Amino acid sequence: MPNLEHPAYPAATLLRLESLVPCRESQVSMLLSIFGERQQFTFPSIFIYGHTSSGKTYVMQTLLNTLQLPHVFVNCVEHFTSRLLLEEILIQLQNCSSESTPASRVLCDTFNDFVRLFKQAVTSQDLQDQTVYIVLDRAEQLREMEANILPAFLRLQELTDRNVTVVLLSEIVWELFRPSTGCFEPLTLYFPDYSIGHLQKILSNNHPPEYSADFYAAYINILLGVFYMVCRDLKELQHLAALNFSKYCEPVVRGEASERDTRKLWKNIEPHLKKAMQTVYLREISSSQWERLQQDDGDPGQLKGLSAHAHVELPYYSKFLLIAAYLASYNPVRTDKRFFLKHHGKLKKTNFMKKHEKTSNHLLGPKPFPLDRLLAILYSIVDSRVAPTANIFSQISSLVTLQLLSLVGHNDQLDGPRYKCTVSLDFIRAIARTVNFDIIKYLYDFL
Amino acid sequence: MNKQFFDNLVSFLRRSHCEFREKATEWTCRTKSREIPTAALLLGVNVTDHDLTFKSLSEVIQNNITPYVASLQAKDCPAIKNLMQKLMGQLMNCCVDVDSSDEEDCAQVSQNRIRCSITSLISWYENITKKTDSETPSRKRTSSRHLQFPPVVVIFKDMESFTTKVLQDFIVISSQHIHELPIILIFGIATSPMIIHSLLPHSISSLLCIELFQSLSCKEHLSTIIDKLLLTTQFAFKLSEKVLQVLINIFLYHDFSVQNFIKGFQLCIVEHFYSQPLSVLCCQLSEAKKRVNSLSHSQCENIRRLPSFRRYVESQESEKQIALLTSDNFLKEAVQKLLEDLHVYHENYVPVLRCLHVFTSSLPKYPLGKQIRELHCACLESRVWETEDYESSLQLARMLNKSDLVTMLQKCVEIFVSSSGKDFDKVVEKLKDFLAQFQKLEGVCQEQEESISSQKELQKKTDLYHLQKTLLELKESRRSKKMTKFEMLRFEVVDFIDSLVRNYLVPADHKTLHEIMYFNTASAVREHLNAAPRIALHTALNNPYCYLKNQASKSDGGSISNKAPDVCIAYKLHLECGRLINLVDWLEAFSTVVTAVEGPNGDAAVSDQVDDVIHARFIRAVSELELLGFIKPSKQKTDHVARLTWGGC
Repeated sequence: MPNLEHPAYPAATLLRLESLVPCRESQVSMLLSIFGERQQFTFPSIFIYGHTSSGKTYVMQTLLNTLQLPHVFVNCVEHFTSRLLLEEILIQLQNCSSESTPASRVLCDTFNDFVRLFKQAVTSQDLQDQTVYIVLDRAEQLREMEANILPAFLRLQELTDRNVTVVLLSEIVWELFRPSTGCFEPLTLYFPDYSIGHLQKILSNNHPPEYSADFYAAYINILLGVFYMVCRDLKELQHLAALNFSKYCEPVVRGEASERDTRKLWKNIEPHLKKAMQTVYLREISSSQWERLQQDDGDPGQLKGLSAHAHVELPYYSKFLLIAAYLASYNPVRTDKRFFLKHHGKLKKTNFMKKHEKTSNHLLGPKPFPLDRLLAILYSIVDSRVAPTANIFSQISSLVTLQLLSLVGHNDQLDGPRYKCTVSLDFIRAIARTVNFDIIKYLYDFL
Repeated sequence: MNKQFFDNLVSFLRRSHCEFREKATEWTCRTKSREIPTAALLLGVNVTDHDLTFKSLSEVIQNNITPYVASLQAKDCPAIKNLMQKLMGQLMNCCVDVDSSDEEDCAQVSQNRIRCSITSLISWYENITKKTDSETPSRKRTSSRHLQFPPVVVIFKDMESFTTKVLQDFIVISSQHIHELPIILIFGIATSPMIIHSLLPHSISSLLCIELFQSLSCKEHLSTIIDKLLLTTQFAFKLSEKVLQVLINIFLYHDFSVQNFIKGFQLCIVEHFYSQPLSVLCCQLSEAKKRVNSLSHSQCENIRRLPSFRRYVESQESEKQIALLTSDNFLKEAVQKLLEDLHVYHENYVPVLRCLHVFTSSLPKYPLGKQIRELHCACLESRVWETEDYESSLQLARMLNKSDLVTMLQKCVEIFVSSSGKDFDKVVEKLKDFLAQFQKLEGVCQEQEESISSQKELQKKTDLYHLQKTLLELKESRRSKKMTKFEMLRFEVVDFIDSLVRNYLVPADHKTLHEIMYFNTASAVREHLNAAPRIALHTALNNPYCYLKNQASKSDGGSISNKAPDVCIAYKLHLECGRLINLVDWLEAFSTVVTAVEGPNGDAAVSDQVDDVIHARFIRAVSELELLGFIKPSKQKTDHVARLTWGGC
């Protein structure tokens, strides 16, 4: 890849830019050639997409900052309504050249206002002869705003009649954006994922000053060897690298191994990294807990992760309600007679199995059932007599708020509400075990 | 009384959060990385209790860490916009609260509320922190309580109910600005922490730095409350066994809600003081004695009517009986004495109960229950020493090993020493005596072992016949030797405990005047707390006499009377139908029932043409049933309605 070259910008700046954005040289030079010189008009809108952390935001930000182009950088998630978004753009625009003056309050309700105010701002800031860049990060949010926002941004140059370019950054492809009414097609640019070599290069770039670059690169190599299979997210890898580096250095600090002794270091770190993959990476335990653990050199077994607390304590009848709901969700209605009547006769599974029911109900997922069926099953599985008290009914609704059951369909409570049981088989088995109820015996799939 | 009670609860909550708070403070300092520090609070499924917990939690945080606490509920935040609005409102209000002197600040707040975005939040935060920096030294005192840059704590009360999108957006936004606005999230989780993973995708949860905190389980919470409320002599009011059982059952079977348990307890108090005229005497002993003196004649009569008092009178000599029944003054004196007895009984009851609990709670299989509340119920219900469980537990206690026994005895000594009962001095002495004996035994045991080993040496030298003989002898001796000194002592200890139990754990309803202190109508409590709407509705419609008290509508068995309200007739008729009800058939049946008695005069006219009035009455009854939720219009068949219940019950 040749060095970045562009007649409009000094070579020193370009060199600095190149050092700041490793592995993205081709994209940057592409962008530069699109942008052209400061005063030249460019494409009205550019759409950049690529997977998570492929450097879209970073590249745009460093590019615009190092070249000192007038720009506005807005995150669409943060400014969740169109009004907030437009006002934010205007405020940033006012601040972008004259830092000291405090932003006066801008009121901008519609796009029409925006266009007018934008023109004013550009003139007042003396930006007529430069291209102003408006970067909209996470542009997929634009689709959820008013219908006119996205098409209007795409042809902002035409609407305002000023030298302006809108850059949209997103993780999804342009095809998912295109409104049904049609709009101006932006220039689309794809940022490919970093390859393993790229990752290695980028990660090794910011090595801590105490250690040599080679040493850190070796560490990154090991780290990537463990994590590359499951995670290609640069941010996440950076995070992991920072977390585990102190452990890697331990033998060196203690003087047991030299910086060159890669094999010994590898032996030391590898099990540790694997453990990290199971815990920190999945956020089972937090990074600060992990650090503390490293300091104490304790056994991670004593620190239980989030998933270890899967047990949920429920009141006695709630447990039975949940079991009844599970049975109602996974058993076909016709089989209720067989399971819950004493004299059901000898029905064989094959006798009343229709063809389409050969697949397991557990593969098909829970089915909705009416309230009355739930209560009927409840009465037959609880040993003692249960009165249909208000408490029982309120337990059903509290199970719904706990998201163990979910209400299906319309919300009319009087009209015979229908529910679905959303818990897993393991969960329900654990619950059933606490009340000595053999749930497998009652499940049609396990007959 | 209720106030004391709530104080208890709040102090308890505070204690339970003490741990958490300590952790929180140390961990607020480490908010350097881009991850948002997050606490996941596992609170258990008793959602009704959470409000109090969160309230005290935010109070504690406000007092110790930061003035900026906002707690959000899912129902207030259907979208990110509402969430931000709510958040800003709460934060800015609490800041106003901190420096209420700044009038202009208030004005700014109301203005700011129009623009609810993170930027305005950040600028607000900067303003605030700047202000605290430049504050006068007098103000320093308040700010030193908090950290230099107090974090903003956002509490999500019910994590489960938040929509994923709102949460995700909020987390993304706040992680972007974590450096300008040190935010800390607290998730209240009712079920299991897995919910975090199911609500948030990995890309979002990687922005969080989650630590898990588990609050006390509600069962422990309950036992503390029972411990503090029922097993003390502080409060005169007591619950009888049945009522307590009802409350505990509701707790365990239905909701796990400590809050509801407390409400139930309060209801009992109200009910007791409302229904029992003698409850005036239900107060501290000294106060009660004073009140006894000022009792009126009718109140005295009330006392005489108490069943427990009658039993007491019958057991007295005849002269005394007459005196008790005729002279008010004599009665008052007797009552004072009896009340004192009752008080002493309570004072003794609690430590002995605890002592017994120490013994039974370590036995295998827990014949008398693991929790002290179960033991308490058993003791209140009947004479506990007559039950089978008690027998078996004594038997098990006789097999305890020494170290356990000693630790138990030590615990018992502690309990008795700390209790206020007067006649426990002897008991303590006796127990200490036992302990001393056990210590002596240790030496004795060793000697015994030596003698046994010498015996064994003897065995080796004898021939086969002798060996057999000695073995038999040994067996014999072992059987008889069962009563080693240790075992004897063990028996003595257990017998002693047994005698304590027999002396002090008499069920309360064997005591005279227990009606004053004990609330006994479990059925009322059950009716109030464990309502059965379906059953009530069914009774009302099936048997209107039950509610209307109208002689005419008194039904006689299965038949349908035409005097009953129209709804009832329609309801009874619909019970006989299947899932879909034909309206025409229903109407005909209805009109026959209604016109049954008026038969002779209008027979011919009715038979083919239904009276307009009856028609109207029918339609009204049907629509009333629809309103009550028994039927709904069906689209499957014309002129049919669908039943929504399968049996009315």
